[in-house]
Amino acid sequence: MTCLPASTGKKLGLVIDLDTCVGCHACATSCKAWNSSGNSAPPTDTDPYGADPSGVWFNRVHAYEVENEQGESITVHFPRSCLHCDDAPCVTVCPTGASYKREEDGIVLVNPDTCIGCKLCSWACPYGAREYDQTDGVMKKCTLCVDKIYNKDLPEHDRVPACVAACPTGARSFGDLADPDSGVAKLVASRQGYDLMPEQDCKPVNKYLPPRKGKKDKPAALSPQVTDIENAILRWLDKTLSR
Amino acid sequence: MHPAFSVIFFTTLTGAGYGLLGLLGAGVVFRFVPDHAGFGMYGVVTALVLISSGLLFSTFHLGRPERAWRAFSQWRSSWLSREGVFAILTFFPLMLFAYEWVVMERQGLIQNIAGIVTTVFCLATVFTTAMIYASLKTIAAWNNQWVAPVYISFALMSGATICVALLAWSGHYQVWTTGFACMAIIGAGLLKIKYWSHIDNTPLTGSTESATGLGRFGKVQLLQSPHTQQNYLMQEMGYEVARRHSAKLRRLVVNLGFITPLVLLALSFTEIPVLRLASVTIAVTVMLFGILIERWLFFAEAKHTVMLYY
Repeated sequence: MTCLPASTGKKLGLVIDLDTCVGCHACATSCKAWNSSGNSAPPTDTDPYGADPSGVWFNRVHAYEVENEQGESITVHFPRSCLHCDDAPCVTVCPTGASYKREEDGIVLVNPDTCIGCKLCSWACPYGAREYDQTDGVMKKCTLCVDKIYNKDLPEHDRVPACVAACPTGARSFGDLADPDSGVAKLVASRQGYDLMPEQDCKPVNKYLPPRKGKKDKPAALSPQVTDIENAILRWLDKTLSR
Repeated sequence: MHPAFSVIFFTTLTGAGYGLLGLLGAGVVFRFVPDHAGFGMYGVVTALVLISSGLLFSTFHLGRPERAWRAFSQWRSSWLSREGVFAILTFFPLMLFAYEWVVMERQGLIQNIAGIVTTVFCLATVFTTAMIYASLKTIAAWNNQWVAPVYISFALMSGATICVALLAWSGHYQVWTTGFACMAIIGAGLLKIKYWSHIDNTPLTGSTESATGLGRFGKVQLLQSPHTQQNYLMQEMGYEVARRHSAKLRRLVVNLGFITPLVLLALSFTEIPVLRLASVTIAVTVMLFGILIERWLFFAEAKHTVMLYY
């Protein structure tokens, strides 16, 4: 049923820290690896080693330059994935019922066996979370590793989404955002976590933490370098001794 | 938005088909079109050909067309599903209407009710088609009050013009229908111009600043794309070719879709049979071509919020 549940018991989701993300794409590649088997598997590629590679990814890491009025700029790495919205427009537009939001934990999923590949959900999502798999003819998206986080065969500390497990800087946290005592909820409260595109009224579950204010230290001055020695022997000597 | 040919032909052909059928239903009841059974057969068959070819085109847009039957299930929330349901439901009053009119050749209460119900369902189908687009908050050029009136007026305009051509070819040409077609063309033209001025004067909601939430720190611009080549999102939502030529293409729509058919329909008022047949036939051809360009622009000019990330 593509009507949204009135409320979900849990709101499982991610909190992404833009302060510590270093833009290494480990989340994106580990996501691709885990999801090569499982719920929506596989996210296929076309021409992966050729001149025009393309493929389905549930995670895309952008990098932005943010420049203030004083002309100072910061670089922010920005992972973009499904936000598992409370008011998910991608679910309600689905004509077949293939798209749905789980009542028990709020995860938004696509049933690959009933999706007709009409692409309307990807038009309805403001965040570009859904990608069409042209090989399978169906829509695919982040499953929040639903086949991993409940997997009793895995040790408990491994029952987190692959992107969270892979992040080397701990920039991604996973948990129940409906529970105010959960680690993720506390993180959002203490770091002023925010919604993307609030004007779209999708009520995203995933939250982003803003970059912290940087230190105002001046960079250390560079030591002077001799670059224009006219004498060829002296230039060779300088170069050799500089090694 | 990427203008897929399947969707362009789907909306153009079903629009014309349901427009023609809607005109026939109420038209016969209110003596707007002649109630001659022979003409009725031409009309109903033409509408069915347009509708079924349009619906066939819509399945070309699907990754899994063999599962298309599933699309009738989610009418509670999905406009696309509602469109499918109304498209099929229309056939029930239509069958009764066509049976009474064309097969039994009798006018009466049953035919009148079936005719009016057919018209209501035809208009509802075109309305639901428009709402598939108008309900998407992500695309400002579609999410406005002009989209549904434009779709309905275009259906009536093309349906009426085809009706005039069928009347001329079946020897039942009448001035009233041609007059209605001219009015429909003028109405559709004015609505489309209102639509264009609306999308030109409405700023986009959202910005890269709101999309990333980084606006509080300053001006945001993309430094590195997540991927080297175009991906699905950029191909589907990032179509830019037509935007560069939109002024030229809009003039083409006005000339081919409205002005030329209007002049040709005016020519058909003359009593010279050859001139009349030629003018109505060319009017239909030129108008459909104009509508195809209009639909292409409708997609190509529409900007999607996801491109704010790129």
